[in-house]
Amino acid sequence: MNALKNSAATRILRAPGGRISLRVPARAVIVCAVLAIAVAIVSVVSLTTGDYKLSVPEVVATLFGQGPPGADFIVTTLRLPRLLAALLVGAALAVSGAILQSLSGNPLGSPDIIGFSHGSATGALIVIITTTGGMLETALGALLGGMVTAIVVYLLAFKRGMHGLRMVLIGVGVSSMLLSANSYLITRASLQDAVSAQAWQVGGLNGRGWEHVQPVAIALAVLLPIAAYYGRRLSMLEMGDDAAKGLGVPVERSRLVLFGVSVTLCAVATAAAGPITFLALAGPQLARKLTRAAGPNLFASALMGAFLLVASDLGIQRLFPSQQLPVGIATGVLGGGYLAWMLAVRWRARS
Amino acid sequence: MVVAPPAEEAEQLKPAGARTNLLRLAGIVLALGALGFVFILSIAIGTKDIPLATAWHVLWNNDGSSEAVIIHELRIPRTLLGIAMGAAIGLSGSLMQALTRNPLADPGLFGINLGAAAAIVIGIAFLGVTSILGYVWFAFAGAAVASVVVYVLGSAGRSGSSPDRLVLAGAAVTAMLFAFISAVVLLNVEVFNKFRFWNVGSLVGRGTDTLLQVLPFIALGVLIALILARPLNALALGDQAASALGAHVTATRVAGAIAVTLLCGGATAAIGPIGFVGLAVPHAARLIVGPDHRWGLPYSMVLAAILLLGADVLGRTFDDTEEVQVGIMTAIVGAPVFIALCRRRKPARL
Repeated sequence: MNALKNSAATRILRAPGGRISLRVPARAVIVCAVLAIAVAIVSVVSLTTGDYKLSVPEVVATLFGQGPPGADFIVTTLRLPRLLAALLVGAALAVSGAILQSLSGNPLGSPDIIGFSHGSATGALIVIITTTGGMLETALGALLGGMVTAIVVYLLAFKRGMHGLRMVLIGVGVSSMLLSANSYLITRASLQDAVSAQAWQVGGLNGRGWEHVQPVAIALAVLLPIAAYYGRRLSMLEMGDDAAKGLGVPVERSRLVLFGVSVTLCAVATAAAGPITFLALAGPQLARKLTRAAGPNLFASALMGAFLLVASDLGIQRLFPSQQLPVGIATGVLGGGYLAWMLAVRWRARS
Repeated sequence: MVVAPPAEEAEQLKPAGARTNLLRLAGIVLALGALGFVFILSIAIGTKDIPLATAWHVLWNNDGSSEAVIIHELRIPRTLLGIAMGAAIGLSGSLMQALTRNPLADPGLFGINLGAAAAIVIGIAFLGVTSILGYVWFAFAGAAVASVVVYVLGSAGRSGSSPDRLVLAGAAVTAMLFAFISAVVLLNVEVFNKFRFWNVGSLVGRGTDTLLQVLPFIALGVLIALILARPLNALALGDQAASALGAHVTATRVAGAIAVTLLCGGATAAIGPIGFVGLAVPHAARLIVGPDHRWGLPYSMVLAAILLLGADVLGRTFDDTEEVQVGIMTAIVGAPVFIALCRRRKPARL
């Protein structure tokens, strides 16, 4: 429906000679531009405000190594890596969710709902509770936990092909089991370990440095092009396996590659920042609502995810400056509030 | 599209109906027998293992021996609590799946467990509640509020509630409550320390008092649920078809929501959040008896009681010094069952 309605507003760009062409829905371009500007504004605000106020020229000068004394530490060690971590993690989670929701044909098929985040949390909790490992070991545990969970869910759900609803159901099952395991791990830990485990489990960006930014940046650089390339197949897969096969899409292989991309993005993001809730679920849905375009809307989702996480992180830092609450609390409230609003207001108006 | 005839006519049309019902009856008797067996195991197995013969003997003759004291004062209350709460959770899951026509409906997924948890956190953090008997009322209120909010959010607007909207409403409420709980708990270590032990779900240390406190709510919930069996069968055909068949759709939904709140709120209040039983058991019941709720609901109660009590018994056998809580065990036992059900065939349609 939407695709038909939008076709009038879609421009087709062709490179000279017509070898390469790109369908560009006008509305999606505007939405992406607005989102990009919003991301830029929030980024500037989070770089310049805080306990130590800086002007924009001061920040720019600092980035070139000529800022006022002390600003170098504030900007390049504290604020910039945290900002970049938020941008990248937000984008990675939203793209991961967009792919998985599209693959499973279900708005609930996002990685946090079908258990990958809980799996990452289990991996990290085991590291936190059973070893004296630091941040890096915890992240590795999270990465491993998320990947193993995803593979297990995929293998359990695979039976003569992949069925979207079956994957969501089995994912919910595995997720529920892992949640219990996590609660259990927390009861078996010393109080101190349990507190840090709980804080990790909420997902946050406090104290994130360049070592957290790097892996997410590399993962995005490698995986986003693959996601974009396969993204066109996603729209065909959404029409159903038979229709997609008819259009010449190798269904199972495309699904496996896209699933792998989604899982890796989610696991890398979770390893860096903990299982931040709701971005993977709400980011793509918001993007889709705004662009009103069919398909997974990967680019708009990435921008939306980045914007949501940066804005949430800024919000929770400024609202509770002394407590250092994890940003997962803010995304939970925002995401939950968004869904509640959609349910109470938007859907009522439409029905 | 073929419109299915009302249940009564369908039975008259099917000569095999009487025989099927006999089989279903035999099945439930068998299941009750299995429950009896788990009951005996639950009385015999624990930190102090009591031989089955002795357990059986002191069960009927309270002779004042240490075995008799353990059995009558600890294990029987715990076992009865397990059976009652298992039945309540199974029934509430079955009811939720029928009301929402959603195979994913579950107290955990719909935010009801977290509603109870959030209320308990408020109780511990701001009102200084420390005992399990104190938790009970907070958990009950929280579960009630959460399920009402989820239901209102999920069914607001003229189109009425739909499966997707209810699950999304549950996800919304869950996310906000988790954020709230995390904030309170992270700012106050003592609250966290109490909360983390309630949060796993356990039958330990909740005796006859707990059972008696929540039993009236559970009993009322069971009554409402069983009365709803017939209208729920009509509801399974879709709202319009149900109205055409003379079922009162809104009244059924409201009464169902009340029953779910009573059952799930009561159970979560008494023993903490228990995952999986409400999700997995109704699928198993449907697999055995088909979509008829007049059979499905009682089957869910018995099967869930077996699952919860069996999981509790299993949890006692793992470690000599410390038990694995029943909430963990239901997940470990329930998840593979659930996954097997999902794999065996397409997810059951409601």
